[in-house]
Amino acid sequence: MHGIELVGVTKRFGSVEVIGNLDLQIDAGEFLVILGPSGCGKSTLLRMIAGLEPVTAGEVRLAGRDVTQLRPGARGVAMVFQHYALYPHMTVYDNLAFGMRNVGVAASEIERRIQEAARILELEPYLARKPAQLSGGQRQRVAIGRAVVKEPLAFLFDEPLSNLDAGLRARTRVELARLHHRLKSTMVFVTHDQAEAMTLATRLAVMNRGRIEQLGTPMEIYRQPATRFVAGFIGTPAMNFLPVDRMPAVNGDAVVKLRDGTVLATAIRDADVGADEALTLGVRAESVTLAGAAAARGRTEVIERLGDRTLAHVVLADGSTLVAQAHRDSPVAVGDDVGLAFETTPLHLFDAAGRAYHAPVSR
Amino acid sequence: MTVPALPPTAVAAPAARPAHAVQRLTELPAPGEQRWANGLFVAPFLVIYLLLLVVPLVYGWWLSLRHADLLAGTSRFAGLDNYIELWRDSIFLGAVRNTGVFVVMTTPVFVILGLALALALNRPGLLAAALRAIFFGASVLSVTVVTLVWRLVMMPDRGLFANLWRGLGGEPVQPLSIEGLSLAVVAAVTVWWTIGLPMMLFLAGLQQIPRELYEAAALDSAGRWRTFVAITLPSLKRTVALVIVIEVVLQFQLFGQVWFLTLGGPNNSSRPIVQFVYEKGFREWQVGYAAASAQVLFTLMLVGILLQMWIARRREVSP
Repeated sequence: MHGIELVGVTKRFGSVEVIGNLDLQIDAGEFLVILGPSGCGKSTLLRMIAGLEPVTAGEVRLAGRDVTQLRPGARGVAMVFQHYALYPHMTVYDNLAFGMRNVGVAASEIERRIQEAARILELEPYLARKPAQLSGGQRQRVAIGRAVVKEPLAFLFDEPLSNLDAGLRARTRVELARLHHRLKSTMVFVTHDQAEAMTLATRLAVMNRGRIEQLGTPMEIYRQPATRFVAGFIGTPAMNFLPVDRMPAVNGDAVVKLRDGTVLATAIRDADVGADEALTLGVRAESVTLAGAAAARGRTEVIERLGDRTLAHVVLADGSTLVAQAHRDSPVAVGDDVGLAFETTPLHLFDAAGRAYHAPVSR
Repeated sequence: MTVPALPPTAVAAPAARPAHAVQRLTELPAPGEQRWANGLFVAPFLVIYLLLLVVPLVYGWWLSLRHADLLAGTSRFAGLDNYIELWRDSIFLGAVRNTGVFVVMTTPVFVILGLALALALNRPGLLAAALRAIFFGASVLSVTVVTLVWRLVMMPDRGLFANLWRGLGGEPVQPLSIEGLSLAVVAAVTVWWTIGLPMMLFLAGLQQIPRELYEAAALDSAGRWRTFVAITLPSLKRTVALVIVIEVVLQFQLFGQVWFLTLGGPNNSSRPIVQFVYEKGFREWQVGYAAASAQVLFTLMLVGILLQMWIARRREVSP
């Protein structure tokens, strides 16, 4: 069975094109997370699937049916909003029942579905309350419940966790993952929080400026970011980017020289990399470790002790900065002269256009 | 001034503070001391409020208990005589009835028409903005201008109505001189004149309703009528109450329109309480009697508002 298909979808507000000719196929039962910075068009995309925003051009298909011109209510989707959008003057029960009553679901069936959803979401004690009498987390569960009772073809989530405090956000994240596992429905989840994206997604779409920069599983995107934008957006701390000069290849693998003179051999096929002479090296903190005897040297400027690991911000001889990872109990201190050991395989190269090159996966 | 009893924790807290904090505290006046100086901030308001509202109100009550005649220069205590006399005064009772009928005629129209206009004009675009300005613009006009315009419209032989009527083959009528109709015409003119305020209040209320609620309702397959009844109306409950209270207070004070259109006629059929007060006080100089009738108006307005609040609260309690 099909999930959601977007074919050549374009959205323009006046002369401004927000989303241009976008194709996306979401499989049934998939948990697709759309991740991107604010203003990248991810919410607009979700609202076009919901029918809240008309499509300028292209087609939206749901379960194989063209729904581009259908009203939101007729599409068979349910949406959870960022600010919950609960009806303030209705009780939780009526909030859940409203949509079903509007389409003439039998009262006994409404009762059954609400009791079922209330049980799953632990809302039973609150059914007679009004939204104002609930906490933020409870309201969010009601909003999710309102979507669940409709038994929709697809769930759409528009940054639903961003109004919750950090602890509750992490818990609700787990609850959502559990809910998806239980219902096995198609879910599309929009967020700018990469931790949410990485933990929830079966597939992840990273959006930037109205385009999908990369679509893949979270680990694919983490290990093999398609562009410099994706590489910089995914991962905490952000990937280090250092300008490098290209050196003659060794055994077919690209070799680069940092501005401080350090020469690094990569595992990237030199022939794959374009003709650019000036490249950018991308390396995550976890792939650079402090090693006393290493050739590359620098001076630590800031030490971040995160408990499970230590991050060292190191200034190289040429003045560029990079974040390296050290053991959680590392004795490193600010101002220390340290050596930096680079892992070879997780190095990435980016050309001037931002395209990424990685070591072949098979190794 | 006595210092209010503090909970034990609040009393104990300063002792636990570091020394410099304690020192700073001692430099500040102790609680309850010199607080009167803070009263200066509210003094301007308080003075005006006392002089222009409280004093006249109390003076009015006191005056209503006296036979005060400005022309003769006499004033003596009369107890409830003025009120008893009012109760027997058919002109006054007629004025009370007229005012009540007027309030009942206009207030629902203000609510329904104001809401309808707000719903129709609550959209972006130049046309809606222009219409909003026009509807509100009429409220800015002076009552003299408004009544002049309408008197021209209703002129017996050359007015717009007369011409229209003749065009339809009828005999021209003068609605202001028909006993059962004159007050209704005053009501229509009043609505035409001041519909802008309730419209604006409803517009403000509508814009307070989050757009997400409507989107959620759209996803919940609610049609336009269902959305209006289930989302818009309940969200506007407070605005409706506000408009009712404001309009009851305003329309009970009917005067200018009547004064310039009908002078209370024909046969006292459009004479409101305020006109009665004015005539007794400043035409016949019976200020005690006028004050008593003004107190009746005040009480009526109060009852009207309390009734409205009671109904609103009852509706909120019942499911």
